[in-house]
This record gives sequence, C-alpha cells and structure tokens, in this order.
Amino acid sequence: MKKIGILAIQGSVIEHEKILKKLNADYYLVRTKEDLSSLTHLIIPGGESTTMEKLLRTYNIWDILQEKINVKSLNVFGTCAGAILLSKLGMDIEIERNGFGSQLHSFYADIESDKFQNLKGVFIRAPKFTSHSNDVIVLATYNDEPVLLEQNNMLACGFHPELNDEVRIHEWFLR
Amino acid sequence: MEQNTFELKSGLAQMLKGGVIMDVMNVEQAKIAEAAGAVAVMALERIPSQIREDGGVARMSDPNMIKEIKKAVSIPVMAKVRIGHFVEAQVLESLDIDYIDESEVLTPADEEFHIEKNNFKLPFVSGCRNLGEAVRRLHEGAAMIRTKGEAGTGNIVEATRHLRKIQTEIAALTENNLEEKAKEYRVPVDIIKMVFDQKKLPVVMFVAGGIATPADAAMMMQMGAEGIFVGSGIFGAQDPQKMAEAIVKATMNFDKPEIIAEVSSGLGKTMKSLEIDKLETRYAGR
Repeated sequence: MKKIGILAIQGSVIEHEKILKKLNADYYLVRTKEDLSSLTHLIIPGGESTTMEKLLRTYNIWDILQEKINVKSLNVFGTCAGAILLSKLGMDIEIERNGFGSQLHSFYADIESDKFQNLKGVFIRAPKFTSHSNDVIVLATYNDEPVLLEQNNMLACGFHPELNDEVRIHEWFLR
Repeated sequence: MEQNTFELKSGLAQMLKGGVIMDVMNVEQAKIAEAAGAVAVMALERIPSQIREDGGVARMSDPNMIKEIKKAVSIPVMAKVRIGHFVEAQVLESLDIDYIDESEVLTPADEEFHIEKNNFKLPFVSGCRNLGEAVRRLHEGAAMIRTKGEAGTGNIVEATRHLRKIQTEIAALTENNLEEKAKEYRVPVDIIKMVFDQKKLPVVMFVAGGIATPADAAMMMQMGAEGIFVGSGIFGAQDPQKMAEAIVKATMNFDKPEIIAEVSSGLGKTMKSLEIDKLETRYAGR
C-alpha cells in the first residue's frame, strides 16, 4: 500500500498537490519527522534548497530521511531544489546550483526523452547535473545535458513538471 | 525556447512561497540571512527604519553593493526601485539580479504612473493596500504582490488592514459585478474574472510592512499570506541572527503556538517601533 507525502516546508507544495489530485492519489503534507513514519513515497518540491536543508536539519528530519533513502524504504522524487537536496541525501549526482543562470536565463523548452514523448520543461534558476555515477539512469536531456535522472529509489528533476500540468513524471514515480 | 514569459516570472515567486525574504544592507547581512533560512534577500542601502530617521530622498542602492551581495549568496536577490523610475529598473535588470521591487519605501519618481512592468525581462513585485491597487499592478505586469503595510515602524496593524481589505474585496466579487468592479478598479475585466475564478490573486501574495516578531509573521501566515517580507525587523533588532532564524521557524510553523513560543523566547530587543498616527510620512499612501 502506497503512502505518499509532499515535503511542505516551503516552495511549490500546492502545485505538486494539484498534480497528485489529477492523478487521484491521496497524499499527506510532511512538516515533522513523525509525518515521515509510514511513508513509501516523498516528493520534495521546488523552492530554496538552503532554506529547506536548514529547517530539515533543525527539526531532525534530515538524518531520518537520509537513513530511509539509504535502506530504500522510501522513494523520493525531487524537483529543482528537491533534486539539489537529493544530491546531498545520497544520490550519486553532482549539481551546480543555478547552473543554467539567474532569473533572466530561466526558460521553457522542449526536452528530449525516449520515455516521455513531447515533454516540455519549466526551468527556473535551474540546477545543472554536472556528473553522475554509472548507477544513475538519465531519463531526459536538454541540449544533451541530463535534466531527469533516476537511481534506484531516487528521481531527480532539474525542471518543474508541477508548473505546467505535466503528470507523467509523477505517474512514473508512483508506478 | 521561451524566456522572460509571465509564467517564468510568476513561477519564481511560486518557489518562494512559505518563505521569508529579508532586507539586507551588506554582504555580511546577506550571508546571515541565507544561513538563517531566508528564501531571498532584498539588497538595499538603508533599511526602512533608517530611511525614516534620515529623511530626504531615498533612491535605488549603489549597483556595486547589489552586485557584491549577488556574488555572496546562492538564493535569489531582489532590489528596490522608486515608483515610476523605469531607468532605475533598467539598471537593475542590467545587473542580472532576480526580482525588482517597485517600492513605496523609496521616494516616488512619478506621481502619475507606475513602471510599465510588462516591458521588462525581469519580474517585479509590487506593493498594494487593496484589491484595486493589486490588480492595477498586475495589469502593468507585476508577477508577485505584497501588502504595503507601513514599513520601518515595527507595527503590524497596517499590514493586517491591507491583507484583510484585499481578502474582503475578493470575497465581494460576484458573477454579476465583475464589469462594474473592473471599471471601479480601472483594469480590463479579464483580470477581475481571474481573481473571481481563483478566489485569490492570480500571482503569489506576500505580506510586508511592519513585521517585527515571529508571532507577527505567523499571524500573517494564519491570515492567508503566502510568505513574508521582513524589512527593518531583522537587522534593526538587537540580535539579528537569532531574530532571522526565529522568524523563519515561525513562518514554517505558523500554526504551532508551542514552537512560536519557543522561538520567541530570549530574542532581546525588537526593532525601534513607531506609532503610525505620529509618522511624518506614511509610505503606504504613495
């Protein structure tokens, strides 16, 4: 039985809620370590990764999250800031924050993917994935740069599917 | 590829929701704000309480200072321009920062027109006291709205008034009065229709102006704010680092009084506060 949570410290929480509602998936908002207890799936939304990391550590959620990811008892999907946090929580990816530039360079563009046809992505001060281990599968690219990557129970997305009603990546995460 | 669209401009504000944006006056303060968990910083030479004390004309900050702050932090950097001063906005855009605040805290440069914000690539946040001001700013291209409150006073009462006023006026929209309200607010009816359909502004709305304590921030969040701007409340306080962390925690835990109690303990003196009736200049009317 799936139990889905959205990390609700700050950021694009409502936007992820809207996608899950479209998929008729029940979910919980996660703001304490107790909220994590029986989750099978966690979405870490877009937002500011420094803010989220600081508060996750302050409220002792960070270590528990790291442990659950490590023993694969929790599947985690991070968009933008969420992907940055995944790189620190155990995923074998290297990230350059704001790698695509500041707000003036934010963009909306077509993304190459064999898995998802006609995929478009909203990139806002987006991070770049500069390297990854062989264990990591690249599911989508933009200009030959990886933008959607998966490693076992971790799915990292550099763009914001929650901003343009793209439900397929959430569907994939919850498969 | 599309760039600088309204969706990308308002999209950045969506990422800031639930967070605290802090006024900072130098690199050191910007780093304190970032470490405390701010989602963005507002770079300016003088916090509003100092502008009040100094008097005179308040303008856009030194570009050098803004650039230094931009280099020092990874979170978004915002900066203020005078109302109507489109050249100050052009200058900020050339600095490649992330958001422009067309702010009543600075001395207005044009008493008739605000900046035509649709002409810019960078997104703007604008202040308002009521729904009419909010939708006029949206029509000009603002991608984020904040209440004006009364900056530099440490007094939350005006922010409360503005937030409640906007909510009351949104609730008063009906199927039948949209045309009339569009005329009254001097905007095209499709903007009013959008507000009516969503039962909220079609962009993110933060509260600003007078937030001085963690409880102030939590009160605004409980009343429906989507995030908080703190101007003088942090670097005008006795212990800015502690105050910054406390306001961030209270904003996240706005519905948990026991956490607000904990973070409100031993904060030292808050910023110097002012009675609004005794002010020489009320910024909110600008």
